[in-house]
Amino acid sequence: MGEQSPVLEMTGIRKVFPGVVALDGVDFRMFPGEIHALMGENGAGKSTLIKVLTGVYTIDGGEIKLGGAPVSIAGPLQAQQAGVSTVYQEVNLCTNLSVAENIFIGREPRKFGKIQWGKMRRRAAELLARLDLDLDVSAPLSTYSLAIQQMVAIARAVDVEARVLILDEPTSSLDASEVEQLFRVMRRLKENGTAILFVSHFLDQIFEISDRLTVLRNGQLIGEYRVEELTQVQLVEKMIGKELATLESLEDKAQRNRERAAEAKPVLEAKGLGRTGAISPYDLTINEGEVVGLAGLLGSGRTELARLLFGADKADQGDLRVAGKPVTLRSPQVAMRHGIAFSSENRRTEGIIGELSVRENIILALQAARGWTRPIPRKKQDEIVDKYIKALQIRPADPERPVRNLSGGNQQKVLLARWLITEPKLLIIDEPTRGIDVGAKAEIQKLVAELSDGGMAVLFVSAELEEVLRLSHKIAVLRDRRLVEELENTAGVDADRIMQTIASGATS
Amino acid sequence: MTSILKNRLFWPAAILVVLLVINMFTSQQFITVQDGHLFGTFIDILRGSAPLILVALGMTLVIATGGIDLSVGSVMAISGAVACLLISDADDQNSLGTVLLAIVIAIAVSMALGVWNGTLVAVVGIQPIIATLILMVAGRGVAQLITDGQIINVRSDPYNEMASGFLLAMPVAFLIAVAAVALTLALTRRTALGLLLESVGGSPTASRLAGIGARRITIMVYAVAGGFAGLAGLIYSADINSADSISAGNLIELDAILAVVIGGTALTGGRFSILGTVLGAVLIQTLRVTVVALDIPAEANLLFKSVVVVALCLSQSPDFRAKVFGRFKARPAVRAEVTA
Repeated sequence: MGEQSPVLEMTGIRKVFPGVVALDGVDFRMFPGEIHALMGENGAGKSTLIKVLTGVYTIDGGEIKLGGAPVSIAGPLQAQQAGVSTVYQEVNLCTNLSVAENIFIGREPRKFGKIQWGKMRRRAAELLARLDLDLDVSAPLSTYSLAIQQMVAIARAVDVEARVLILDEPTSSLDASEVEQLFRVMRRLKENGTAILFVSHFLDQIFEISDRLTVLRNGQLIGEYRVEELTQVQLVEKMIGKELATLESLEDKAQRNRERAAEAKPVLEAKGLGRTGAISPYDLTINEGEVVGLAGLLGSGRTELARLLFGADKADQGDLRVAGKPVTLRSPQVAMRHGIAFSSENRRTEGIIGELSVRENIILALQAARGWTRPIPRKKQDEIVDKYIKALQIRPADPERPVRNLSGGNQQKVLLARWLITEPKLLIIDEPTRGIDVGAKAEIQKLVAELSDGGMAVLFVSAELEEVLRLSHKIAVLRDRRLVEELENTAGVDADRIMQTIASGATS
Repeated sequence: MTSILKNRLFWPAAILVVLLVINMFTSQQFITVQDGHLFGTFIDILRGSAPLILVALGMTLVIATGGIDLSVGSVMAISGAVACLLISDADDQNSLGTVLLAIVIAIAVSMALGVWNGTLVAVVGIQPIIATLILMVAGRGVAQLITDGQIINVRSDPYNEMASGFLLAMPVAFLIAVAAVALTLALTRRTALGLLLESVGGSPTASRLAGIGARRITIMVYAVAGGFAGLAGLIYSADINSADSISAGNLIELDAILAVVIGGTALTGGRFSILGTVLGAVLIQTLRVTVVALDIPAEANLLFKSVVVVALCLSQSPDFRAKVFGRFKARPAVRAEVTA
């Protein structure tokens, strides 16, 4: 690839925010027809670099060259005109409009000011066909899965003559087969000479699809590498700048299993619990000090199962016992009174309250449980919050900062703190490590292990099998909204074994 | 200095001061002492702003939850009608007991109407703007039914005191508003209600999953808004010694919403500022008085008002401020700090 000239060349990029140097002399380049991964922990400067490139931020220093010519990108529109297109993590399309409308919104083919619907649909279909997609372009976008919506967003992005296509965490909410589909589209675009900037927290995906990668840390360039040059472990070390000791200390799961109390009492027993259209009736018992992992593909009913145990959705059949007593969880409030805590997978919409401070977010659940007439004294709040900021290493350690300004991993820690201060008997955490960086991920996994060692029951929901295997004493596998198998996590159980169940249903 | 300039409330406060200074020069008596009371244009402004302050207070809390209450004007009309009907039916209209009873019943009715609004929003699940539109339209009809389509006149000195009286040299109406502000501040900031309100307004889904009983809080907030609107209706009707179902609180919901927005509370819900709202309400009332004091022709009244409002809104837009004032400002010093 060295013989080609780069399509994009950024040198000495500097971006300063009040109080923070977000990018400090970063170099970054991309060649035509390559998939280039931008790597770094949350807060390393990835998003800032992308926003500089797309014209959301203006740079305080350095130079950007596109196709060899220096450019100054003053806004998203100029970025598009210069050939830089972006598909963001959260698909920003209008799901109530048709596929074709979404692709051509704002630049509809017109004749005498009237939109040419036929031409628009035809061109949309052609465009999608080039990406190997066969969709009904006049159907509302909402009829298609998130993965397809993502690809429609990509189709829209590449139709505006993109020389550089930026995909910011496109895979974070896709399941395995959808990711494959996306990768096919990416490879096709690559063959056509598009340079693709790819951001993902899934290392496997990075190594599968990328040609080259650039690592950032704390706003500084660590290096640019060809994918073959690095192993996964080396990459992670470059990203976090330290050894992976925290991760490895968890590895000995056989030992963890032996340590589990032999005579644990059940915290929660579900018998035939279910909700029509969401999850088939299931039996599940969770004991004190036990981590139960929920594994399954996206949409297999993991979240739906967990939500019933918190009263977030109401079960319409079956029985539930908490600490041996039958209960009906009519609402989250009732569940909390029984010592159950639930942290949702949708951190931003169902977890944090963005504009409230870290302190307010942390005390929220405890305050709600006490009722509005009994405020937690400010001194006590500060004590609690300080303690958890230290214990969970929430950074920046400023309790009065709005929580939306924190990185994803730190927001997740805030949510964990919110529930831990209510001292729950059962902690349900849905995808706590999704979309957060490796360092924070290891810290959260370690915390879960410690909590269960301390006697708390944990229901751990995750799309990452590795993580479920590492932490759980017992694993429940879901498939097609049904709990198909429950197995002890003994030495013989590995990812292959669980994949089998997910693929083919119960084996026993 | 820059931190004062950056405060959202700086420009509204500055405009308020400018308007007050204008009034100082145009009015013969800006503030004087007469018969042991304070008198003058400034005191008139304080007295006249009481109903708007009350309505805007309730509106602030409703807006903080992500809602809106269009029915406040109608609630004012109903409250005045109920009180005047009770007083005019009494044997002795000047009896303090009768007046107090009428006030209590009128406010209870207003709060009940608020509960109705809150129930439509929180239990039935109707969008706030539609839910309160029902009472906005129907409420004036109800008020007319109460008064039999007539304007009920009352001759009650204790009742009139609410609007025109003085206590400790200050207008009673203004003192009522001050008490309401103090009550609201205590209710929201000394308890956890303010936090829970902001949480519900910030994200209803996340709040529910954090175990907040959003339903009860929402109903309560609409009830408080109804109660304050009822109180405002009483002051209005006490001022004119009658219940006028047509003009009581007419279009006051718009001024109240404006006061809330000027005060720095976002219409999308979440963070709210009680004192900001009070500032906004006083500013709007001052504007009204200034228009009269400057002898601006009646037909240009609305234009003058909108120019000031547009200037205000622009002053609160960060983008606009950056464009106009940005080049005068030195770059902020950079502290090296690493966020994780």
